[in-house]
Amino acid sequence: MDTTMIIMTVVIIAGIGIVIGVALGAAEKRFAVETDPREEAILEVLPGNNCGGCGYPGCAGLAAAIVKGEAEVNGCQVGGSKTAVKVAEIMKVEAAEVEHKVAYVKCSGFIENAEDAYEYSGIETCLMASHVIHKGPKACVYGCLGYGDCVKVCDFAAMHIVRGIATVNWDNCRACRKCIKVCPKNLIELVPYDKKYHVRCNSSEKGKATLKVCSVGCIGCGLCEKTCKQGAITVHDNVAHIDYMKCINCGECAGVCPKGVIR
Amino acid sequence: MKTLIVILISSAIVNNVVLSQFLGLCPFLGVSSQIKTAAGMGAAVIFVITLSSLVTSTIYSTILYPEYDYLQTIVFILVIAALVQLVELVLKKYMHSLYKALGVYLPLITTNCAVLGVALKNVTNSYNIIESTVNGFATAVGFTIAIVMMAGIREKMAYNDVDHAFRGKPIVLVTAGLMAMAFFGFSGLIG
Repeated sequence: MDTTMIIMTVVIIAGIGIVIGVALGAAEKRFAVETDPREEAILEVLPGNNCGGCGYPGCAGLAAAIVKGEAEVNGCQVGGSKTAVKVAEIMKVEAAEVEHKVAYVKCSGFIENAEDAYEYSGIETCLMASHVIHKGPKACVYGCLGYGDCVKVCDFAAMHIVRGIATVNWDNCRACRKCIKVCPKNLIELVPYDKKYHVRCNSSEKGKATLKVCSVGCIGCGLCEKTCKQGAITVHDNVAHIDYMKCINCGECAGVCPKGVIR
Repeated sequence: MKTLIVILISSAIVNNVVLSQFLGLCPFLGVSSQIKTAAGMGAAVIFVITLSSLVTSTIYSTILYPEYDYLQTIVFILVIAALVQLVELVLKKYMHSLYKALGVYLPLITTNCAVLGVALKNVTNSYNIIESTVNGFATAVGFTIAIVMMAGIREKMAYNDVDHAFRGKPIVLVTAGLMAMAFFGFSGLIG
């Protein structure tokens, strides 16, 4: 092995390296993309689940929208107030409180309460089952099918199937809305964490028809509506609805409900 | 001309880089869940391999051959890495959504053995510059064919009720094996 070989190796590699380096440097200038440093800083503090609950494509989408001023600093439900404070610091604005919301399944058709119309032996997803006759095996067409599409889609292990229907673990729920989007029966909605009473039924059938298929369904009797002193409850489409802005957690509605569907 | 066509067909289909030579499996398994991103990956690979074949064979025939051909591997890797950087810059500027969809697999083209494999194969087969470029292009097209087909199958497979033990990567590998067997049928095409 002679020294020229070593020297030539160094010269060739260094030469090619320099040429490539200069070319890449020029390309970097030519194709430079302007990015706002705040965008990356916000992306750092966002949870990074890319759940899309904010309505933007992933955390990067929300970060870009916040910097552009299209989204509020408290746009991230998942991160809650903690993240909002950090984002507000980066954006140098006052942080607004994030209302702590959680998902809630509007059905109480546990196995012991609601019957099945027939035996279903198809693909075990709610979506598939909801496409077959009678919109699934459950006798109540509005009820939770319990095949757990929401469980599969949940990133936070907050959804579980308990005795045949979906149930939310509120401590884990981050209100990302994935389950809401995936539920073929549109049974899930966001409710304030600090409100205690909810109507656990979604059946728009008349009282008799509801009773026939489910022992705990809302029959639309309107007792709660008359009892509520705050005027927070209204019955339309044969189901009671609670206006959480007015509800003061007094619990009188739950006391008078003959089916015990408000809890 | 005839040799070029033979190279084109043999590299793209008969000796398909993924399914007969098992090179470039990482992006083949990694970014083959959607046809759109798979096609994007294929386009990026076509660009990188074609250009790197051109550049590496030019460098090889002008600078390295015959005295310094022991430097081929390190020089080729240098060139490939630079080209991937270039592709990354271009994609970031003009196709930001694709850039994000490819994610980590884009810089991983650098270490994609298919790219280096083509450059080294050009040398061992002693192709000239034009033949090398065609070979590089054809190999990359073969890669694109394989990954897009795989993505098509995986898009359909997403609706299937796969046994729990096979869910995710295992069933993909089984599929890749079946596809490789199917591509084995092309082996008699060019003698």
